Amino acid sequence: MTGYNFAYLDEQTKRMIRRALLKAVAIPGHQVPFGSREMPLPYGWGTGGIQVTAAVLGPNDTLKVIDQGADDTTNAVSIRRFFARTAGVATTTRTAEATIIQTRHRIPEQKLHENQIIVYQVPQPEPLSRLESSRIETTRMHGLAEYGLMHVKLYEDITRFGHVSLSYDYPVMVNDRYLMAPSPIPAFDNPKMDMMPALQLFGAGREKRIYAIPPYTKVVSLDFDDHPFRTTRAPHACGLCGATDSYLDEVVTDDRGGRLFVCSDTDHCETHRDVGHVGSEGVAA
Amino acid sequence: MAYVAVKGGERAIDNAHAWLAEDRRGNPDVPDLGTDQIREQLGRSVDRVMAEGSLYDPDLAALAIKQAQGDLIEAAFLLRAYRTTLPRFAASMPVETDQMQVRRRISAVFKDMPGGQLLGPTYDYTHRLLDFTIAAGTPPPKPAEMPAEPVAIPHVHGILDHEGLIERDTPAGGEPFDLTREPLAFPAGRDLRLQALARGDEGFLLAMGYSTQRGWGGTHPFVGEIRVGEASVFLTPPELGFEIDIGDITLTECQMVNQFAGSRTVRPQFTRGYGLVFGHGERKAMAMALVDRAMRAQELGETVAAPAQNVEFVVSHCDNIEATGFVEHLKLPHYVDFQSELETIRRMRADAIGDILQEAAQ
Amino acid sequence: MSLDLPGFSDAVLDAQSCFRAVLSAMSCPGTIQAAGVGLTPPAPLAPAMAAVLLTLTDVDTSLHLAKEAEPARDWLAFHAGTPFAASAAEADFCVAFALPDLAPLKTGSDDAPEAGTTVILDVAALGIGSAWRISGPGLAAPATLRVTGLPHDFAAIWAANHALYPRGVDLILCVGETLAALPRSLTVEEI
Repeated sequence: MTGYNFAYLDEQTKRMIRRALLKAVAIPGHQVPFGSREMPLPYGWGTGGIQVTAAVLGPNDTLKVIDQGADDTTNAVSIRRFFARTAGVATTTRTAEATIIQTRHRIPEQKLHENQIIVYQVPQPEPLSRLESSRIETTRMHGLAEYGLMHVKLYEDITRFGHVSLSYDYPVMVNDRYLMAPSPIPAFDNPKMDMMPALQLFGAGREKRIYAIPPYTKVVSLDFDDHPFRTTRAPHACGLCGATDSYLDEVVTDDRGGRLFVCSDTDHCETHRDVGHVGSEGVAA
Repeated sequence: MAYVAVKGGERAIDNAHAWLAEDRRGNPDVPDLGTDQIREQLGRSVDRVMAEGSLYDPDLAALAIKQAQGDLIEAAFLLRAYRTTLPRFAASMPVETDQMQVRRRISAVFKDMPGGQLLGPTYDYTHRLLDFTIAAGTPPPKPAEMPAEPVAIPHVHGILDHEGLIERDTPAGGEPFDLTREPLAFPAGRDLRLQALARGDEGFLLAMGYSTQRGWGGTHPFVGEIRVGEASVFLTPPELGFEIDIGDITLTECQMVNQFAGSRTVRPQFTRGYGLVFGHGERKAMAMALVDRAMRAQELGETVAAPAQNVEFVVSHCDNIEATGFVEHLKLPHYVDFQSELETIRRMRADAIGDILQEAAQ
Repeated sequence: MSLDLPGFSDAVLDAQSCFRAVLSAMSCPGTIQAAGVGLTPPAPLAPAMAAVLLTLTDVDTSLHLAKEAEPARDWLAFHAGTPFAASAAEADFCVAFALPDLAPLKTGSDDAPEAGTTVILDVAALGIGSAWRISGPGLAAPATLRVTGLPHDFAAIWAANHALYPRGVDLILCVGETLAALPRSLTVEEI
């Protein structure tokens, strides 16, 4: 695109973000403040992820952008177009073919590999924000690794409801040191973060924070010995591909309680159908 | 019938943009609005967009207002996104507002003073009656001419300073913080706070300033002075080594004179709150001055209890581009998270009914 | 005269590819990455070291040069535009030709450990030489790091740095057109 630099950001801004990224990788789970820029997309719509992707992306990359697990959701389309326009990079919907995957709210079902980078869009990087509103205070808590507040909150949940009531953005401990917000992915995806072979980068534009998890890093969802962490998914098979291990979207099909459950990860579903799997509502490929 | 996954996000976006463009234009039988008309006839909108967009360019602000269909926050966002790509050439010298070519200047603390009270173009004493001659396009009557020779009008706080009654400006130390380049850090210095307020949302500052008047962090303010006019901007290019005038900008400045601080050993002085905004924006400049003063509570040894006195609260929430983005992002799809909430609440309800039945059985 | 020598032939794409090399190196400690291929920096800067400096430093950072690197000062000032720090203790980046004393360097604070210095060290060889066992984030299993040019008591030196975690300094090792990185999160042991 004429008049703008490769991948939109100017080089000085990219250097600033790159320096923050390297420190983030060296201190897994620690939120590094950065001079987040005003992007031509609204705050809260992926400006942090976009800035991270723009600082990392090169002409040899193949980019995949998903929102809610799907490549075709409008905001994913909009962000993918932004990079196709400003960087001219190849894009794909195939998880296996992508070198960089920018995501909002999901981790792909297919296991990521060592030569991939996943960039998460993060609305609220501070895992303690609902318990302590002041960032001055939460910064101090991270400095001292003082996370009692979060354990108390989870335990109160257990006493009240019988188990932890958090179902997404479920807090994790990274490398036994930092409490970290995994971004609003369903807790179902949390175990994928542990010892993931791909590099995980997190960008929060409005809150001006970058953090990272290097490959093969220990990521533990907070729990208690007598109440171990467990994930939930809708207890159904995908109506299109029949998968029983994927995270499902619930589609309302009529006004009489009709429901259809389909894979949230659209590429996973298509790949599954391409090799011949058919769900109860699907048609053979 | 087999279910087919929803597709077509790309086409939907294209169609939405085309529809938006048509909607923006409105009835094509009505003449298209020129950005020069917006610049000349919607000046207060242009000024607000320049202030909150942090970019002094009336023509671009007018374009942004047209493009945003008059949605001023959206227009400020367009300016911000443009501004972020511009190279930084140099930092200007501090603007000397006492050298301003003033067209409006009032003080509430003295009946008269050097330079006098100058009402200028104000809505203050208009009766808020719809004027149908404006709808009819009747040319306005010619106003009285102002004296042509530029005169520097001294600041009112300078008069108080003669007696040492008011705190002085502290000399600026080095280059000020720039929150568009560096992340916010607390405790936030006054330079950062004032920058955040100058870019901040007028409505937010108005509400915060108002709250201080109703007892939520009150500071007994008096308007020392409000002035509106044109000030020259100077900078010193390193290759030249001397100041050059790069042009004039319209500014509104408000100096509040607030309750005094001091003790039996430190002689009491009035304190100050400061507001400065691009263009003609008195409401914003006054609110800014109130909030600036409220945020100095800790520095002046006052109790920090009210929202307007909480620096982290005000500075983190006054930016309407950040606020609008995050509030409006709730309309993006969240169905994956909602699904996880559904599963959790269903499981909890099932557990609860199990417990209830068990208790009933006992 | 070092100023005659060019910087990156493509300032945008060369910096991007060098950054990815450093990112990979920092993400997978001890792995050897190619960087600065084709770059002709003034002596004594190796292409990889020069590329890292052009990629990461600018007017917003401060750089300290070991005295061996003095002949490259003008070239770095021109192509990176970075201010030079008076001492290594004040610098964001330190260029060294022998492992410097890490103790005086910036290690950040508990609240802001990211302020720790990055040391860019010229070594004689990567992949051959003395061996250490390394483990930590980025490594699926403990690996062997081989370097010629680190002091014999490096494990003890690094242990002192790692003990400060999350504070500490990070290390980038450069030789020729290759580099490797040791983030502060890494554990280094004698074999």
